[in-house]
Amino acid sequence: MQSINLPSILTPDLGLLFWMLLAFLIVFFLMAKFGFPVITKMVEERKQFIDESLQKAHEANERLASIHEESERLLSEARARQAEILSQAKATGDGIVREARERAQAEGAKLLQEAKAQIEAEKENALRDIREAVADLSVAIAEKVVRQKLADDKEQQKLIERMLDEVC
Amino acid sequence: MKLFSCNLQKWAQWLCAFLLCSALALPASAAHAEGNDGAIDVKEIVLGHMSDAYDWHIVTWNGHHISIPLPVIVRGEDGAWHFFSSARFHESADGVYEGFFLNEEDNGKIYERLADGSADKPLNLSMTKDVVQIWIVVAIMAIVFLSAARWYKGRKPGDKAPGGFVGLVEMFVMSIVDDLIRPSVGEKHYLKYTPYLLTVFFFIFITNLLGLIPIFPGGANITGNINITFFLALCTTLMVNLFGNKEYWKEIFWPPVPTWLKVPVPMMPVIEIFGIFTKPFALMVRLFANMMGGHAIILSLASVIFITCQINAVIGTSLTFVSFLMMVFMNCLELLVAFIQAYVFTMLSAVFIGLAHPEHHE
Repeated sequence: MQSINLPSILTPDLGLLFWMLLAFLIVFFLMAKFGFPVITKMVEERKQFIDESLQKAHEANERLASIHEESERLLSEARARQAEILSQAKATGDGIVREARERAQAEGAKLLQEAKAQIEAEKENALRDIREAVADLSVAIAEKVVRQKLADDKEQQKLIERMLDEVC
Repeated sequence: MKLFSCNLQKWAQWLCAFLLCSALALPASAAHAEGNDGAIDVKEIVLGHMSDAYDWHIVTWNGHHISIPLPVIVRGEDGAWHFFSSARFHESADGVYEGFFLNEEDNGKIYERLADGSADKPLNLSMTKDVVQIWIVVAIMAIVFLSAARWYKGRKPGDKAPGGFVGLVEMFVMSIVDDLIRPSVGEKHYLKYTPYLLTVFFFIFITNLLGLIPIFPGGANITGNINITFFLALCTTLMVNLFGNKEYWKEIFWPPVPTWLKVPVPMMPVIEIFGIFTKPFALMVRLFANMMGGHAIILSLASVIFITCQINAVIGTSLTFVSFLMMVFMNCLELLVAFIQAYVFTMLSAVFIGLAHPEHHE
């Protein structure tokens, strides 16, 4: 009879060891297959997911900042372009107005010239008409005068001859 | 969260109730342990409560034992297996059933009466109190962790993190992995040993906690039994030595010390080989002694009540009060020890495993 004086908690017990082995193997198998790896794997994946999300958020922030910068740049560019276009338009407008004014002036001058020429011509015509009328009148008058004075043929003949002499 | 704290409060109340029970559950067994002269045998009370048994004793009421009979599985001398309830021993007049009896000379273990009149220890695979307690622990672990693991099924890493019970389990598991296993084993190999170390930790932890509960679903002294700690230490030894790398074995048989320490007398290799066995031995004894000691102190404090009550009512009453306060304190301490010993066992196992994977160095 060995180990009689030792309490049972200190003596080897084959039955207890056998059941402990069986129970521990079963619980170890269950835990190692369906228990702990599921939890640790998910936590690990979640950690990665969070890391990735942070990375993505960081990148998105950077991109947002660059987009902001880009838009700033575009805006200022657009403003400059606007100013340029405005000044160009102003210049073009001024040019058009000036040209129109010049053309109008030239046209006016031409019209005036033409009117002057016409007036001159009219004046010439009128003067000629007047001159003809005056000549006719004077001829008529002269004729009448002459006719009255030179009632006889002799006198008449004399005048004609004198006139002819004058003309020739 | 509110629900959880409510639950915690409820648990605290339960714990207090159990602590009270631990004080109240003893009188019966104390009466049982009274010797012929009426004196209380503290040693028998303490050891009796910590020992394995073939039935699960709950209470003795008016000299009548109320206990849960457990199956006895023994193989007799003739090679036949005998399977019967442990209650048969108490039912028969002389305590012998099918030739088997409980030998009081050997801690009440089952012995077989042979034909020649001598008694012999048969092959005994009975479902004892400790075995049932182990299966209860296995069941609790399976329920807790498998139900928690089921929550993760069909969920993506981007989903909401678990809350409530599953969140608690996840937090607990991950705190052990991140604070203990990973730094102790080392970043490179820790994942392979995590299931084993977590199983060991939670097995010891839950067993320790159940050991503090004085009545049925708990109360058996598992981790305070050398067989159990021997088995656990053996598992760690196997884990360490079966998966140790070449460098580990080289450091044992040819450690980096001056050559005269290795040849011709292999002093250092012998010490190193000795170390293979002393490390798990320390694990085994540490867990066993801590748990056994804690139980013994609580039981002894409870015994103080009955010893002093026998001497004098006044001393008994006053010391009952003192003893009760001490027991509450000890139970709180044991609650801490239950965690610390599980933690220490797992940590040292992890460290030994980590040491079995040394990096190659010049």
